[in-house]
Amino acid sequence: MKIRIASLAVFAAILSDSPASAEQWFWGVQAEQLEWRSGEGSPAYAWDLDAFAGTDEYKFVVRSEAEYGTNANAFETLENQLRLQVPVSTFFDAVAGVRYDSPDGGPRRTYGVLGLKGLAKQWFEVDADLYLSEYPSARFEIEYEGLITNQIIFTPSIELDLPLADDEATGRAAFGPKLEIGGRLSYDLLDRAIAPYVGVHWERTLGESGRLVRDEGEDDDVVSFVVGFRVMF
Amino acid sequence: MPKRLLRRAFVLGAGLAGALTSAANAGEYNLTVDPVIVDTGTFKRTGIGYNGATPGPVLRFTEGEDVTINVVNNLDETTSIHWHGLILPFDQDGVPGISYPGIPPGETFTYRFPIVQNGTYWFHSHSGFQEPDGAYGSIVIEPKKREPFQYDKEYVVQLTDAHPHRGNRIMRNLKMMPDYYNRQQRTLFDFLKDAREKGVDTALADRAAWGDMRMMPTDIEDLQGFTPLINGKSTEQNWTGLFKPGERVRLRFINSSAMAYFDVRIPGLKMTVVQADGNNVLPVPVDEFRIAVAETYDVLVQPKEDQAYAIFAESMGRTASVRATLATSEGMVADAPELRKPSLLTMADMGMAHEGMDHGSMSMGGMSHTMPDGRAMQGMNHGAMNQGQTNHGTGQMSDTHKMPDGSSMKGMSHAGTDHSGGGGMPTMKHDGTAMAQEGHTMPDGSIMKGTSHGGMNHGAQGMMAEADSFYAPGSGLTPSAANGGKFLSYDDLRAQKPLYEYREATREVELRLTGNMERYIWSINGIKFADADPIRLKYGERVRFKFVNETMMTHPMHLHGMWSILDTGKGKWNPIKHVVSVAPGTTVFMETEVDAPGQWAFHCHLSYHADSGMFRKVVVEGGPKDKSAATTTNMKTGG
Repeated sequence: MKIRIASLAVFAAILSDSPASAEQWFWGVQAEQLEWRSGEGSPAYAWDLDAFAGTDEYKFVVRSEAEYGTNANAFETLENQLRLQVPVSTFFDAVAGVRYDSPDGGPRRTYGVLGLKGLAKQWFEVDADLYLSEYPSARFEIEYEGLITNQIIFTPSIELDLPLADDEATGRAAFGPKLEIGGRLSYDLLDRAIAPYVGVHWERTLGESGRLVRDEGEDDDVVSFVVGFRVMF
Repeated sequence: MPKRLLRRAFVLGAGLAGALTSAANAGEYNLTVDPVIVDTGTFKRTGIGYNGATPGPVLRFTEGEDVTINVVNNLDETTSIHWHGLILPFDQDGVPGISYPGIPPGETFTYRFPIVQNGTYWFHSHSGFQEPDGAYGSIVIEPKKREPFQYDKEYVVQLTDAHPHRGNRIMRNLKMMPDYYNRQQRTLFDFLKDAREKGVDTALADRAAWGDMRMMPTDIEDLQGFTPLINGKSTEQNWTGLFKPGERVRLRFINSSAMAYFDVRIPGLKMTVVQADGNNVLPVPVDEFRIAVAETYDVLVQPKEDQAYAIFAESMGRTASVRATLATSEGMVADAPELRKPSLLTMADMGMAHEGMDHGSMSMGGMSHTMPDGRAMQGMNHGAMNQGQTNHGTGQMSDTHKMPDGSSMKGMSHAGTDHSGGGGMPTMKHDGTAMAQEGHTMPDGSIMKGTSHGGMNHGAQGMMAEADSFYAPGSGLTPSAANGGKFLSYDDLRAQKPLYEYREATREVELRLTGNMERYIWSINGIKFADADPIRLKYGERVRFKFVNETMMTHPMHLHGMWSILDTGKGKWNPIKHVVSVAPGTTVFMETEVDAPGQWAFHCHLSYHADSGMFRKVVVEGGPKDKSAATTTNMKTGG
């Protein structure tokens, strides 16, 4: 958690240093996932949230993704990113930033981030990132909001994390991808601010990475039921 | 133009004030800008009002009067008041950053200007989102001369769209998620219904066509969730205007909404439109009319029965409505009709605004397309054909074109053109359209240039619903009266008395109305206000503005300080307005006699479009020095 606070401080410093201009500033917080996972693996809290502030031209985003296992009382994963988004087309932004991973009991890793984020045809929300370090990796996320009604929304998502080099300490081998597929059914309870949901989350670690995970005594194929809130304000 | 000269004399007087004005009729008015509570019956929130209330008071002026208006700012932020539609020196126009710096907290600003016109107008804050938060009031100016119509009684009917969220929050939410407030999006059930009715392939093709553009056919109102009010009252609170049976009542409709257009009717009564945007028009009897944001329409009604009549206003997107009552005694409540079903935008409304549209492969260059029906071509704007799936291939325009709904559109051969087989377009009915138009040649495949809507009289068309040339043919927005009767069109408006001698415009200025829906950035010619140079006009010009709406939304364009003469093809009888609404997929022309030196605002009057960039500063260069506003200080501290 310390790191998150530190990155927020950096972020605040950037904000306060920005010169006054005609551009208006906006901000917002969006948590696509804020949930309790329970199933074949150890139960965990998990989140995936973005906080942003910026103008039409520049957007600073703090992104945090984590899984906190309640058996071990430890962060199985904890990633924090500070990202700068700049529009490059009608529907897409280019992204540059830094990512810092600090899971409990695992190695600390710092990456440079280069990416694209936007809305593809047919309303697919796309995030494609390249994480650069001595242990580079790439990640591709697609999400779709399917309206059952205007309040009940089914959101399927796919995330593919592809290590480009071996990093045994984190249980990852080159080109052994981790695949996460989810389906979440939410209800907009209060405006769009709070939407409780239930869903399924499937994590599958493939290739050599799968072997590393199994060697650690963990499962390379985990299905969880999830319950949580989508938050936006 | 003796009338104009007289006006100039008055404007001149404003600069000198004092001695000169004492000769004329002069009035002093006081307004305070106050924090207020907005209470719609369904929600309460803090807001901003005038003299302790929202809407603020009705200011009643007399033509020829020199007014002095003291405005006290009781807010803890800077405010401003813009006198919407009034012709006055630019430094009295009340736009911070253009006319003046605004009125700081705790200070008093004194406006002084001559009243050179008559009719129904309104005033509102031009600072931030104070207007959507409640900072508006109305203005009624009594004419010096007798009006060309008579009435026994009059009421201001001010429509607003009170939202439970304050403006800053709405803007932030729209920037974060442009469809934040759209709760009319098409769902799985809509898809299943379409699939059942039109077939799975057609339903899928339609979804794919919209998804390809990343746009929504339901995007008629980008701000939903508001409670419409009439004179500050919701349906439950029921604003009531009293009449005696047989009396002629003048209703001064003003749409002071931030974002909502309204379709207005009074079931059981014919309304005679006598004034639009403060200027008299030849009377038009109608059953219903659409009032764009910031427009005014004055109508006469003559209720003869001893009963309650509903004044019923539905938002254009049919997400909300409000009922007020005309009654013979207090406490009577007229039945509120049911809200009609919302319509969907069609590909016709999409106009040409398509990313990935490839005109390049169309060898339209040297072809000359003669259209027997200028409108059909204009409205098509090739938008409907430039779909994702539409394959123009070699550019043989006479091919059968596959339409998004899966059917085919034949006979687009633009030469001689047989539209009778064109049943593919959802609502386009070319059948029986016998329009004797001069041929329009198309230099390129994209737009029909110079097609003035106005030049054509569509009145006699044998269409299902009477077409309105101010909507793209096949548009989902084309209104029709609930009772099947007459719905007012811009085409029906004819000036009662032209303000200016008719002459050819000296130059044309093209303003493409543009935007990026996903980023909620609105712009003109692709450039938002923050990045734009001012539009420079020369004193004495008559400028023809060409609005080309490349977005899927309707934009009420408002030029400050000078009249907007809407081209409806009536020549010298073109109506004189201050707001010109431009529907999606259409091109609309207006002309302006540049007779007001100084700098002025020119913008879309949808609050969140204006604020996010569909806004320009207009600089009028040259002209008599003494006309360009008073140099007296109007500000005094304290108060």
